[in-house]
Amino acid sequence: MDYVIEMLNIRKEFPGIVANDNITLQVKQGEIHALLGENGAGKSTLMNVLFGLYQPEKGEIRVRGEKVKITDPNVANHLGIGMVHQHFMLIDTFTVTENIVLGSEPKKLGLSIDLKKAEEDVRKISEQYGLKVDPAAKISDISVGMQQRVEILKTLYRGADILIFDEPTAVLTPQEIHELIDIMHNLVKEGKSIILITHKLKEIMEVADRCTVIRKGKGIKTVNVSETNPNELASLMVGREVSFKTEKGPAQPKETVLSIENLVVKDARKVDMVRGLNLEVKAGEIVGIAGVDGNGQTELIEAITGLRPVESGMISLKGKDITNLSPRKVTESGVGHIPQDRHKFGLVLDFPIGENMVLQTYYQEPFSRKGILNFKQIYDKAKALIDEFDVRTPSEYTKARALSGGNQQKAIIGREVDRSPDLLIAAQPTRGLDVGAIEFIHKKLIEERDKGRAVLLLSFELDEIMNVSDRIAVMYEGEIVATVKPEDTTEEELGLLMAGSKKQKVGES
Amino acid sequence: MSANKAINILIPIISVLLGLIAGAIIMLVFGYSPVEGYKALWEGAFGDIYFIGETVRQITPYILSGLAVAFAFRTGLFNIGVEGQVIVGWLAAVWIGVAFDLPMIVHLPLAIAAAALAGAFWGFIPGLLKAKLRVHEVIVTIMLNYTALYIANHIIRNVITEQKDRTESVAKSASLQAEWLTEWTQYSTMHMGIILALVAAFLMWFLLEKTTRGFELRAVGFNQHASNYAGMNVDRNIILSMVISGAFAGIAGAMEGLGTFGYMSVRSGFTNIGFDGIAVALLGGNTALGVVLAAGLFGSLKVGALNMPLAGVPTELVDIVVALIIFFVASSYMIRWLLSRFKKEGK
Repeated sequence: MDYVIEMLNIRKEFPGIVANDNITLQVKQGEIHALLGENGAGKSTLMNVLFGLYQPEKGEIRVRGEKVKITDPNVANHLGIGMVHQHFMLIDTFTVTENIVLGSEPKKLGLSIDLKKAEEDVRKISEQYGLKVDPAAKISDISVGMQQRVEILKTLYRGADILIFDEPTAVLTPQEIHELIDIMHNLVKEGKSIILITHKLKEIMEVADRCTVIRKGKGIKTVNVSETNPNELASLMVGREVSFKTEKGPAQPKETVLSIENLVVKDARKVDMVRGLNLEVKAGEIVGIAGVDGNGQTELIEAITGLRPVESGMISLKGKDITNLSPRKVTESGVGHIPQDRHKFGLVLDFPIGENMVLQTYYQEPFSRKGILNFKQIYDKAKALIDEFDVRTPSEYTKARALSGGNQQKAIIGREVDRSPDLLIAAQPTRGLDVGAIEFIHKKLIEERDKGRAVLLLSFELDEIMNVSDRIAVMYEGEIVATVKPEDTTEEELGLLMAGSKKQKVGES
Repeated sequence: MSANKAINILIPIISVLLGLIAGAIIMLVFGYSPVEGYKALWEGAFGDIYFIGETVRQITPYILSGLAVAFAFRTGLFNIGVEGQVIVGWLAAVWIGVAFDLPMIVHLPLAIAAAALAGAFWGFIPGLLKAKLRVHEVIVTIMLNYTALYIANHIIRNVITEQKDRTESVAKSASLQAEWLTEWTQYSTMHMGIILALVAAFLMWFLLEKTTRGFELRAVGFNQHASNYAGMNVDRNIILSMVISGAFAGIAGAMEGLGTFGYMSVRSGFTNIGFDGIAVALLGGNTALGVVLAAGLFGSLKVGALNMPLAGVPTELVDIVVALIIFFVASSYMIRWLLSRFKKEGK
């Protein structure tokens, strides 16, 4: 039997829903097997069953041909199954080595931790698999990509040879993704098997050998990646045809809505992150900001929306100076903002989704009068927005926390678009979402443009920038180094501009 | 949803029962009869109208100090300084009560307002420090508890009186005691403050759940970043929350100063009303109704305990039972886990 993992006819129910309905997943020794599905399709549930966090109602699990019962994660560990979580489980103030050995530390005389041996072990494993990490560095001092390597090392240190990667690229930059793909290939070369949970088709095409698609809790099909294409995968996943090229007519830019002159913004450490930036966004166009993360994009958006003080320079909206206004004043002047981090900024997760829909407008009529909230109006409004923007939630009284990422994002977009702002800022609006939701969000952004609104899009995904923008402003070290039209450029050229090579000939718009 | 709500109500009830059972076991171990002990406790709290009066009197400040802790907590702040705010409230109420001679309709509200203001000011200091300088409110409020205690002692001894250990009794026009109530409860120390406490509980519920201000306070409590993004003034809400919390605590002090005692004496230690308020808020799940119920339980236990020596059980044991109840509430995670386990097996 050459299957290393077999999950046969797994069924897992939760009150009210069947999360996994008769799913079968068979992983061969030494392959990278992708598990593809939309958010909420049941991928994580299936993996949690394999990892022993949930017990299935029906079905059986075989590991290396032997029938097993995985009652908790320790059993999974003993069977050589390791999980690299999407949200890292690391202690910030510990070193890399300390995090890796945590829970199974090598001991000196059975008492103190033998850190020297631990560091040596970590170094050996990391060299074996080509995972470059400094074993003595503190977690808080290393990049997200490095932290992920520590997570991988943790599973390897515990002797895992079946690794589950839960959406590993969601938090990585394009360069880090390339490095991760190399690491995965190395792992397979060393005899490991990998299950890759993802909804990014490009990655599957690039690394996976086979792919199992699940949709709404059901196993749809397992395909050989070499015999398929992204379009087929996408329609298997969503259950209908999906267009990748976003349909849109040419932009019809009108008057200038947002104008930024010589903007300087510092970050929390008082370092200049935006350095004399100039930018214009007109009504009826989408301007995409391309750039490698950390070149001042976040600070730029926070400055426009009033969340971060402006050192010098001017931001004006339809000719009105909005520099250094409070977030509320900025909102009231007509700026909608889909924030980068929807959990931290976009929503109060412990509020019902309905109350989140009026997060900026609760103090206005009809949602309140003389300081007293009118819940009927609030929830009527929320219900209308939930219907209009296809937010899938049991009810408008459900806590925002209980919704899937895609639906949370749709709710935020509904709220921001509905306030009919002159300027809509969308910061990484599709991060972590599946194709269906991405398509929907792109369509909405273009609809807003066509209604004559100015849209400023920030994204680290070049595909998205190329697809959706009418103009692309490349940001490098706090400045816009070039402005190009998507039809006049290529991803390669953008990549070079983002890396700071100003020599490239640039088509001015 | 509704299953969750049922669990939220079930947990404090189970905690209380477990505490009572543990208390019974301890009484048995030390050779006392738990049946006699609990009977005396019950009699001592609700045996006749006098005891009921005493119990209500004890519940009154607990409701207010519980509200104070709960209110701050709902905005994400841990107000350990309720104790100090109670003391300054008590002092302010008594001071106004002895210093003036006014018609009751002016004097009593004035004394209570002074208590609320004093408590609010004592809450404003840590609120301001937290909002502007990010100084942790727990540290500041703990320090301010001692500051309040010794300032109050100094003022009583040197300002209000001349080297005496207690103030005069407050004027009748500033007293919460009512003759008909005293007579009706067979000369218990019960006073009108309970009405004020219940009104305060209603106000807290209304403010938090029904107003835009409450919407902001709750939002800030859950997520400061999102609140800031949504245009709310986070700093102002933090300060406001501490001020309102302090005002509730100050009024709790007025209950003692204008109602139960009618004066204030130099203290060698804390009143514990504020500290017990933390437990009341915790047991009550930081909601207005929960606080009223939890205060009811705490007050009954406290007063009923005074009767337990009649059954030969030392009052210290009652403190142990109360402590056990708090312990079981604090470890509600354990009970939650047991409940979910139980539900699974039942399925």
